[in-house]
Amino acid sequence: MIELVGVGKTFNPGRDNEFHAVREVSLSIEAGRVTALRGPSGSGKTTLLGLIGGLTRPSVGRLRLHGRDISALPERFLTALRRDTFGFVFQQFQLIRDLSVLDNVMLPAVPTGRPHADIRARALRLLDEVGLGRRAAARVQWLSGGEAQRAAIARALINDPPVILADEPTAHLDSALSRQILEILAELRRCGRTLVIASHDPLVFEMDLVERVVDLRDGRVLA
Amino acid sequence: MNTWIERQRGLIDTTVANLRRRKARNLGLLLAYVLLVFLLASVVLFGDGMRREARLLLEEAPELVVQRLTAGRHDLMPAQWLERIADLRGVAAVEGRLWGYHHDAAVGANLTLQVPREAAPAAGRVHLGATLARLRGLAPGDVLSLRDHAGQPHAFVVEALLDSRSELVSADLVLLGEADFRAFFGIAAGLYTDAALRVVNPLETRTVAEKVLARLPATRVISREEMRRTYDAVFNWRQGLPLMVLSVLLAAFALLAWDKASGLSAEERREIGILKALGWDSGDVLAMKLWEGALLSLLAFLLGYTLAWLHVYYAGAPLFEPVLKGWSVLYPHFALAPEVDISRIVSLALLTVLPYVAATLVPVWRAATLDPDEVMRE
Repeated sequence: MIELVGVGKTFNPGRDNEFHAVREVSLSIEAGRVTALRGPSGSGKTTLLGLIGGLTRPSVGRLRLHGRDISALPERFLTALRRDTFGFVFQQFQLIRDLSVLDNVMLPAVPTGRPHADIRARALRLLDEVGLGRRAAARVQWLSGGEAQRAAIARALINDPPVILADEPTAHLDSALSRQILEILAELRRCGRTLVIASHDPLVFEMDLVERVVDLRDGRVLA
Repeated sequence: MNTWIERQRGLIDTTVANLRRRKARNLGLLLAYVLLVFLLASVVLFGDGMRREARLLLEEAPELVVQRLTAGRHDLMPAQWLERIADLRGVAAVEGRLWGYHHDAAVGANLTLQVPREAAPAAGRVHLGATLARLRGLAPGDVLSLRDHAGQPHAFVVEALLDSRSELVSADLVLLGEADFRAFFGIAAGLYTDAALRVVNPLETRTVAEKVLARLPATRVISREEMRRTYDAVFNWRQGLPLMVLSVLLAAFALLAWDKASGLSAEERREIGILKALGWDSGDVLAMKLWEGALLSLLAFLLGYTLAWLHVYYAGAPLFEPVLKGWSVLYPHFALAPEVDISRIVSLALLTVLPYVAATLVPVWRAATLDPDEVMRE
């Protein structure tokens, strides 16, 4: 489904602080499965996840989605692809302060032009599904870490994307909350979604969730 | 089309939610903006109102006024000249007018004494402008005492006060009979201050003026159109002073808007990064920021314009009255007739809304084209 061929990402190329975050990664991610990117901090997990999801463009190499090269797509098309194909769960939740939980969840659907009532209804249903139905009107800064991550998952699902990219989804949570979040992700897999999880949390790998592990170190995939 | 409308609705909803989030900052900006629009609109509305009043008054004025010149100065006109003008083809009627100025030491102002065309007061009686009556504390039945050209006191009984609706031109006016006028100024019979002409065909006014000048070269001919232009010029000049100051304020405000939009905080940049990561393209971010600017500036315009309208038409524009009406001892009290001029509203809106939106456009475009990954890593 998603194929990376010799993909590399270099930050500040040609400068003193040039940094190769990802080097010559070739990888296939199969539809409907859970793939985990594992490695210590600075191994390139987040950058690789960003490359897969079209948040950033590769410096070298090719990315293919369903066989179609998306590495050089114009920004407009890449954005539309990102919106329709990928749901992101970020490490720091990346919710927008002072907006309600409901408003945050609805945000990715705003540019789609779907009827407001439909978006709102779906957002409320998703919040119910992740156990936040009663917190819909609360401002996000009032949420606990576990609630914020569940809100982020609901937001990732608002456009019903086939692929969920989760960056350290349990990083700021205790074991009990981490298990809750992983249960939700497992449910997404059962619904047939493709999951790519970047994590170095052992709990993620202990649970019967991950089907394939890709180990990374210094931006390279370990054999 | 429906998708586009729903998308814009979603963007507006998000924009409104965003504006509510930063209440203090946006409220401060809104207040500054409202104040600026209010000041600008007050000056423009007041100037427009004054010009409109002047035009309405000039509708009753003669098409041409002929004044005799001696050594380039206005001089009294003999009655025979009126007959020579009346002979000219195209002249419908000629009338000798009697008017003059008198310095009233009691109020320290120049009064205009005039003999009206119709319904002149009886001998020893006058009609007074409302402003002068107010300043002198006179009411009908009281006596107005003035010293004539020879320094002798003349006592006139105030018969009536002039309609306060005409206060713009009647503030300093004293209407009196012809005999009293001639006696007061020492003007012999057969001499007039100037001549008022009515022409047969208003389209031929210019031609008639040329004929008058040809027949009586020692005259000055003033058309109603020239008087209207003079009024316009006076009010334009007066209006220009505050407008110049306000345009500097407007430029400063545009700079403030630019600064606000370009000096995006780390938090705002991060939020734009999040939106882009979630599937908003640069156009969506730009549209949201433009909606933000448009909503803020339109709200400020509506509030500022409405306040200015009330300030000018109901409160008498106390902030700008001295500048726009002119400095005067005899200060007229009059209310401008309320009017809603759509073209003026549109031009004011463009003048105030466009600079704000334009000033925010480039910085917002820069922010909207940020790479989401890069911003979220900051």
